[in-house]
Amino acid sequence: MWQRLASVTDPELDESVTDLGFVEHVTVDDDGDVDIVFRLPTYWCSANFAFLMADDMRRAVSSLPWVRKARPQLRDHMVAEQINLGVREGRSFADSLKEFAPGGSLDELRDKFRRKAFERRQEVMILALRGLGYEDPAICRMNLGSFDEVEFTSAEVARQKPRYRDLLIETGLACLPEDRAFVAYEGGPIKRHELVSYLQRLRGVRINMEFNSSLCRGLLAVRNREPVDGKAEPTRSPCGGCGSCAVPSGGQ
Amino acid sequence: MFITPTGEEVFVIDGHTHFWDGSPANQLNVHGKQFIDCFYAYHTSLSPKDKLWPKDQFEKYSAEQMYRDLFVDGPDDMAIVQSTYLTEFYKNGFNTIDRNAEMAKAYKDRFIVNGAFDPRDGERALEYIHYMKETFGIKGVKLYTAEWKGESRGWKLTDPNAYRCFELCQKLGITNIHVHKGPTIIPLDKDAFDVHDVDHAATDFQGLNFIIEHCGLPRLDDFCWIAVQETNVYGGLAVALPFIHGRPRYFAEVISELLFWVGEDKILFGSDYAIWTPRWLVEKFWNFELPEDLKQEHGVDLTPQAKKKILGLNAARLYGVDVEAQKAKLAKGAYAAAAG
Repeated sequence: MWQRLASVTDPELDESVTDLGFVEHVTVDDDGDVDIVFRLPTYWCSANFAFLMADDMRRAVSSLPWVRKARPQLRDHMVAEQINLGVREGRSFADSLKEFAPGGSLDELRDKFRRKAFERRQEVMILALRGLGYEDPAICRMNLGSFDEVEFTSAEVARQKPRYRDLLIETGLACLPEDRAFVAYEGGPIKRHELVSYLQRLRGVRINMEFNSSLCRGLLAVRNREPVDGKAEPTRSPCGGCGSCAVPSGGQ
Repeated sequence: MFITPTGEEVFVIDGHTHFWDGSPANQLNVHGKQFIDCFYAYHTSLSPKDKLWPKDQFEKYSAEQMYRDLFVDGPDDMAIVQSTYLTEFYKNGFNTIDRNAEMAKAYKDRFIVNGAFDPRDGERALEYIHYMKETFGIKGVKLYTAEWKGESRGWKLTDPNAYRCFELCQKLGITNIHVHKGPTIIPLDKDAFDVHDVDHAATDFQGLNFIIEHCGLPRLDDFCWIAVQETNVYGGLAVALPFIHGRPRYFAEVISELLFWVGEDKILFGSDYAIWTPRWLVEKFWNFELPEDLKQEHGVDLTPQAKKKILGLNAARLYGVDVEAQKAKLAKGAYAAAAG
């Protein structure tokens, strides 16, 4: 159950909802009905992200053969009731939250965030390879087979490696050992003379995501009345910050 | 006045401060409670531990305390106090211009009081702009595009009614339009804090300056792109700056991007008081140096001259403050206060 839930990520942070501490508790009754109680960092967290996570939790847990019904229950959120009801009854986001005049579909939103996750994980891998002394042309033409053989010592990079690989496979961007390991999300290789500007753009993606990630963790910690103590948290980032930014190397 | 470790005087205009009442007595509903709770969470999660306030003090503080935090214990020479109404959440509003002006009256030459309007009010918004100009002589406004109103969950700078307001502002010389484009506190599906509407409004109103508070974070790249295109778009550092304490490397990356794209002449310091107090922010900012790798990569530096511009000179230019004359005035005021 927890493994399935752990596969659900906060779309904006690209971190598992269980790692982030969003899921408070799960109860299972004799009929195989599952209640998943979860809270987000603030009362105001974006309604569509909240809906997306609730729906992903329902899907993930429902895929267990013995589960009859999975009922995510969002607590302490401005539109908790509508989201809980909508997800339970299998309604669309647009039907559940009319006042938010949703423009795009939830699937479009999913794809947008899958792209961000892909680019963020990819930046981690490219910077780590540079850190190991790989030249840009070698990175651009590296194939999946060679990528699999590279060993990374940083715990965070080692954690991100299979996550990046999963998305390559899931999106079909690379499947076979001879396929290129570093391609743009739209498909197509990254040309070696374009890698610098390509990385600048990926950094932009990361800066925005880190802002949210850092605030969200801080806010969640306050909400849960836990002491906010940078030292007490596992430090994975070079800045010694919140531990979420997944940067393998850096100056300060 | 901020005195550097080498004894140099730096003139500080705090570009983003508030005098709010978020107390339970003023809360209209659960949204009002959750709104101030969310601010308090920002305060507790990004402040140094020794700068934390108790919750009740944070919900409502006195004018005397604000003055002390900004100008006596704090390094500000002047502060821009912004108005935020949120009348759907608070009985008397969160911090209206009347409340702000009343507070500012007691402290001559210290505060620049900005107004606010909601273009969804139509004609009444235009009347209100006239009222604020005539009564308070405002030079700027703070706009909150994600504010709830009835069924509406936000508006855009490009709405026809907003354009009518901007035309009037331009005519009356209300030239500084501060726009909250930052963390999503009150969300919308399409995200009312999306920065793209700034692009059109800034192009169409060349006589106005658009100061984008919180630099559009978490949409920094979009904001930078717009600021490069539009000469009248500025970035306010409120909320970005406190990262200097807990996550200095992250702050370095953000300020490097801003220096590269937006430039040192178009970035404004703001403490976002009372979410944060200015002393520690200004001290840390003054002592901050960009890491060598970012300097080289972006070809930018955060020099003492750049810091002076960001801390006060840029805002002085926008608000027509003669820095030397203002210093003399404040020194005289302080002397009179000491003598009195």
